[in-house]
Amino acid sequence: MGDTLTIRTVAEFAAAGELPEVVFWTGCAGSFDDRAKKITKAFARLLHKSGVSFAILGSEEGCTGDPAKRAGNEFLFQMQALQNIEVLNAYGIQSLVTACPHCFNTLKNEYPALGGHYSVKHHTQFLQELLQSGRLRVEGGKFEGKKIVYHDPCYLGRANGEYEAPRAVLAALEGEMLEMKRSRKNGLCCGAGGAQMFKEPEPGRQDINVARTEEALALQPDIIATGCPFCNTMLTDGTKHFQQEGNVEVLDIAELIARADDLV
Amino acid sequence: MGISTLLFLALTGSAGWAFSRKVRLIRAKINLGQPVDRQDRSGERWATMARVALGQSKMGAKPLPALLHLLVYVGFVLINIEVLEMLVDGIAGTHRFFQPYLGSVYTAALHFFEVLAFLVLAACVVFLTRRFVSRVPRLQHPDLAGFPQKDATTILVVEVVLMGALLLMNAAEAALPGGTTYVISGFLVPLLSGLSESSLHAVVTGAWWFHWVGILAFLNYLPYSKHFHIVLAFPNTYYSKLTPKGQLDSMPSVTHEVKAMLDPSYAPPAGDAPARFGAKDVVDLHWVNLLNAYTCTECGRCTEACPANQTGKKLSPRRIMMATRDRLENYQPEDGLSLLDHGISREELWACTTCNACTEACPIGIDPLDIIVQMRQYIVMEESGAPHGLNAMMTNLENNGAPWPFAQADKGRWAQELN
Ligand code: HEM
Ligand code: SF4
Ligand code: SF4
Repeated sequence: MGDTLTIRTVAEFAAAGELPEVVFWTGCAGSFDDRAKKITKAFARLLHKSGVSFAILGSEEGCTGDPAKRAGNEFLFQMQALQNIEVLNAYGIQSLVTACPHCFNTLKNEYPALGGHYSVKHHTQFLQELLQSGRLRVEGGKFEGKKIVYHDPCYLGRANGEYEAPRAVLAALEGEMLEMKRSRKNGLCCGAGGAQMFKEPEPGRQDINVARTEEALALQPDIIATGCPFCNTMLTDGTKHFQQEGNVEVLDIAELIARADDLV
Repeated sequence: MGISTLLFLALTGSAGWAFSRKVRLIRAKINLGQPVDRQDRSGERWATMARVALGQSKMGAKPLPALLHLLVYVGFVLINIEVLEMLVDGIAGTHRFFQPYLGSVYTAALHFFEVLAFLVLAACVVFLTRRFVSRVPRLQHPDLAGFPQKDATTILVVEVVLMGALLLMNAAEAALPGGTTYVISGFLVPLLSGLSESSLHAVVTGAWWFHWVGILAFLNYLPYSKHFHIVLAFPNTYYSKLTPKGQLDSMPSVTHEVKAMLDPSYAPPAGDAPARFGAKDVVDLHWVNLLNAYTCTECGRCTEACPANQTGKKLSPRRIMMATRDRLENYQPEDGLSLLDHGISREELWACTTCNACTEACPIGIDPLDIIVQMRQYIVMEESGAPHGLNAMMTNLENNGAPWPFAQADKGRWAQELN
């Protein structure tokens, strides 16, 4: 376990007349979902370890509105977005980092038209920069011989063209990297996007997450790595479907790096 | 002016008129769509068109059909130079107008065109084989039942026949005294060896007319067919979406309403409220969606990549495009029909994960997802007709600022659980 860590809010920074280097946008899953909270905590520890001055919005952070927008409710989306933008702009926040590709996409691509202009990074991009600049170092040895397969989240990959940062970060683990046949721009969705996470699937032969997990499991990995809390849930359910949850772990890239450094 | 010149002019003129009339009709149909600004970033747009349409850059994801298509595409474009000569001959009443001027260059060009014609013919035969013998799943698919499959077959067979006529004409000329034998049609000459000189002349003339009338007929068939992509692929790629795939455009009319709700002193600009939010029918979509529908080649690469379709859901992005085109072709205002429910079912729309596999797969920059999202917007904002789970999610979002029943006040609680 890492040392004690106190996380400050943007309001606390502001009260002290300071501005953090970056705001960690935790997102709804990252704040409320028990599984996703572990990712949030792991990433917070990595930021701390790297000496990044960061803050969270805490109770001032609303949902970005992504699921409402994808469900077709533009009103609800813009209600959320405009309120968030008001908060962010009032604090004069310039940079955001998030561990959720859906928040990432919305903040980066859909907030500017509504008056929210920020530099937004996905946590794998941020980690890659920390590694490159030497602010973060990773002990590779722990994962030697471990087979790791990376699943591209649609909203990081196709939606925003980021295929390499997550792979570059994973390479630091020095495990054995595997690729599914459908990867990068041909990656198969986990089934959660477009607000599917919140509804029952339509009738069909198979659930999408089962199809995707099947493809990953065929490579007999030790670890399925991903960079999205929703992909994480979907693929974890997939491993349970195949009764493989005891043999294969589904982990976020932040968790893997934190584990390599004995932070979690 | 001879009778055949008159006939030629009459046929060509009326075919040209009929084609341009249908093209204008399609243009008017596309203009039924709502405005969308795709006049920006013209440099990038030209570059996209050059790369994706002219350069066929996205076809390469499937090397065999890419190669076959390249042959047909290059063959078609270059053989059109010869078609130009046919036009001149038809008007001037000459035969091989350019031959005396170009001499050996002309002969070389004809050898070259023959090779192209043969490659086009062969590629079309392989295309047919893939459809009906090896039965590539995306080309033998319920989406294509009825007219679409016949359409595809017609195009390929007509191409084979037209190329055949061209080669036959050259062969008959070669068989005449003093005729030049060309590289491909030379193989056909023995078949014609029994024919008299006058029969050979008849074959030349017959094949020439057959080819020309075939071209005119084909031209007029194009706009009714998926084959119209040979024209529309160019504007379609030019006007394709340049913003990141994940970005869904904002609705400014909604912004004004929301701003007025959040701040009662905000005065929204007058008169820009849309007739309806989202799309119920084709005329609610924007014109690029409609251009997309007329451009779709029905190749099914999108559907093949779609996770919903792969797992047996009803959704097929190709069918979204085909249904949009069908509805637009038959659209009448106030006819009691609409794209929603009559062309595309709700079950299809709700099965989409917005994963963008379809837009990535499409070799001509078509965006089925944009149509899906606009139709969801209609269902949700005009009818409150979302599936149960989504309504629950949206209620939570409205009440607590999170899609689950947790209070926003607790959003930072995880930080206290750290130590
Ligand atoms: C200008 C001359 C062109 C000709 C003569 C032509 C011809 C054809 C033909 C004959 C087919 C039918 C294949 C089949 O049914 O199996 C086809 C399909 C197709 N064409 Fe074209 N085409 C042209 C231009 C273009 C352009 C500019 C594009 C843009 C990228 C394009 C994209 C496609 C696609 C995506 C298909 C479906 C192929 C598949 O099955 O994967 N075509 N074309
Ligand atoms: S965006 Fe929707 S329609 Fe397109 S491939 Fe993904 S699930 Fe299918
Ligand atoms: S939308 Fe594109 S990929 Fe899909 S069938 Fe039409 S042309 Fe092919």
